[in-house]
Amino acid sequence: MVANPTLLFPEHAKRAGHALHDAPAASQKLLSVENVSLEYRTRERIVRATHDVSFDVYGGDRFVLLGPSGCGKSTLLKAVGGFIEPTSGTISLDAQPVRGPGPDRIVVFQEFDQLPPWKTVLQNVAFPLRAAKKLGRAQANERALHYLDKVGLSAFANAYPHTLSGGMKQRVAIARALAMQPRVLLMDEPFAALDALTRRKMQEELLRLWEEVNFTLLFVTHSIEEALVVGNRILLLSPHPGRVRAELNSHQYSHDSFGRNDFQRSVARIHHLLFEETEAVQ
Amino acid sequence: MSSPITSTTLLPPVRDEYERPLEPLGELVLEAPLPLGKRIFAQSWLRKALIALVLIAAWEAAARVVNNDLLLPTFGATVTAFAQGVWSGELLQKTAVSMSVLLRGYLLGAAFAFVLTSLAVSTRVGRDLLSMLTAMFNPLPSIALLPIALLWFGLGTGSLLFVLVHSVLWPLALNTYSGFQSVPATLRMTGRNYGLTGVRHVLLILVPAALPSILAGLRVGWAFAWRTLIAAELVFGASSGNGGLGWYIFQNRNELYTDRVFAGLAAVIVIGLLIEHLVFDTLERVTVRRWGVQH
Repeated sequence: MVANPTLLFPEHAKRAGHALHDAPAASQKLLSVENVSLEYRTRERIVRATHDVSFDVYGGDRFVLLGPSGCGKSTLLKAVGGFIEPTSGTISLDAQPVRGPGPDRIVVFQEFDQLPPWKTVLQNVAFPLRAAKKLGRAQANERALHYLDKVGLSAFANAYPHTLSGGMKQRVAIARALAMQPRVLLMDEPFAALDALTRRKMQEELLRLWEEVNFTLLFVTHSIEEALVVGNRILLLSPHPGRVRAELNSHQYSHDSFGRNDFQRSVARIHHLLFEETEAVQ
Repeated sequence: MSSPITSTTLLPPVRDEYERPLEPLGELVLEAPLPLGKRIFAQSWLRKALIALVLIAAWEAAARVVNNDLLLPTFGATVTAFAQGVWSGELLQKTAVSMSVLLRGYLLGAAFAFVLTSLAVSTRVGRDLLSMLTAMFNPLPSIALLPIALLWFGLGTGSLLFVLVHSVLWPLALNTYSGFQSVPATLRMTGRNYGLTGVRHVLLILVPAALPSILAGLRVGWAFAWRTLIAAELVFGASSGNGGLGWYIFQNRNELYTDRVFAGLAAVIVIGLLIEHLVFDTLERVTVRRWGVQH
C-alpha cells in the first residue's frame, strides 16, 4: 500500500500539496475496514474471497474498489452492507461495528431485479422510507418525488419497473438509495449491465448528483476507466484472494480526461499493478 | 499467422463520407390500428365462447343420437332442469351449503399453508418438515382420509373441513414454497437492506415476489377442494338434513332424474368457470400481469 498517493502521481504532487494547504476543515473517517478476511462456502469447499483487507472511507468520499473478477470486491461490498460476516477483522461505521444489513448502508445492485416489480417507481422509492425510516405517506411520497426529480424520472413516477429501460431502472435504484439518505451509499457494479453509451451518461449523472447531494459513496467496478472517472480514491485489489495492492487518488480525473496523457499513464499504471504477476508468469 | 498482403488480396475502396440532415417525416403513418376482424378474434373470451358453443353442439348431437334421457339427457333438457332447480331454490340452496363449507376449508388450508411455508423459508427444520410432510401427504387422496375423519369428527362439517384442508394444504404449500425459493437473491437482499426481518420480510417481499406461484397454487388448491367436497358429499351425503351439491347429485341419481344430475354437474362447472375467470383471472390481471412478472 502506498501511504502517500502523491508518489504515484508525481505530476500532481505539487497541486495536491497546494490543495491540502488551503483546504477547509476536512471530513472525518466514516467507514473503516480493518484486517477483514472473507470466505464463502460452496458445496465442497470454503473459498477465501479476500485476505486481510484494510481501508478507510472518509465522509464525502467516492471510494472505489477496483480489481479483476474474482478478487472478492463484491463480497467485500456485501460485507460492508452487512449481508456477509467477516471471518476475521472488523468493519465499523461511525466507530460502531457493522452487524447485519441496515438502512444506513443502502446498496445499489448491478441486477435490474432489485426493484420490486409489484411497486410503481414512486412506491419503490417511497416504500423503504416508510418501512425503515417510519415516515408518513405524504412525507415519504414528497421526498421520493424530490429524488426522482433529481434523477430525471418524475414523469415516470406511476410506471411499473418492467416498462422501464435498464438505465432508468438503475436511476430509480439510485434515487431510492439517495432518498434514504444513508451514511454511505454502496454500489455494486451498478452500470456493468448497461450499454456503453448509457453507462457513460449514468457516470456523468452520478457525479452531478454527488456534487448536488454530496453523499459518501463506496463503488465497486472492474473497469479501470470507470474507477478513475467516478472515484476520488481507488483501492486496488489483487486477483484471488483479494489483497490490497495499492490505494490511489483519482480526484483529478473526469470524462474530459479521456485520452489525456496523465490519464493514459494512470490507466497503464493500474493495469500494471493489477496484472504484473500474471504477466510475469506468462 | 497473418499473411502479407499480396497483389491478389482485394481491399475495399475508400468511399466518400456523407452527412444527411433529417427531414420532417410528414404524412408517414407510424402506428396503424389492427384490422377489425383480428381485433375481435384477439379477445380471448370470444374464442372461449366459440369453443363452448362447439362443445355444446357436440353434446346435443350425441344426446340426440343416443336418444335415451336416462343415460344422456340433451343440453336443452339439462338447461330446463337447471332453470327449474334455480327457480325452486333447491339448487341455489345446495350450492350455498357447499360453497360455505368449501370457503371455510379453503381459507383454513391456505392459512396452514402460509404458516408452514413461512417456517420453511426461515428455518432449516421448517424446510425439512415441509418437504417431508408434503412428500408423505400430497399423494394421499383426501377421500382416503374420509373414514378416519368420520371417526374423529363425526358425520358433519368437521369431517368435511378436515378433508378440505388436506386437499388444499399440500399443493398450495408446495407451490408457495417453490415460489419463495425462486425469488431473486437481489430482491431478498433489498428487503433485508430496508431492515425488514421475519414476518414483515415474508409479507412485504417474499409473498408479492412469489405471487405467480402462489396464485397457481391457489388455483390448483381450489380445484382440488371442489373435487374433494363433491366426492365427500357423494360418499356420506347430508349432514342433519342439509346436503350440498354432491348430495343433490347423489339423490337425483338414485331417483333416476338424470337431467337433474347433469344440472348439478353443470352447477359445479359453472361455478368453476366463474371463479376461474372472475376471481383468479381478475386477481392475475391486477397483480402479476400489471407488474409484468407474468404474461
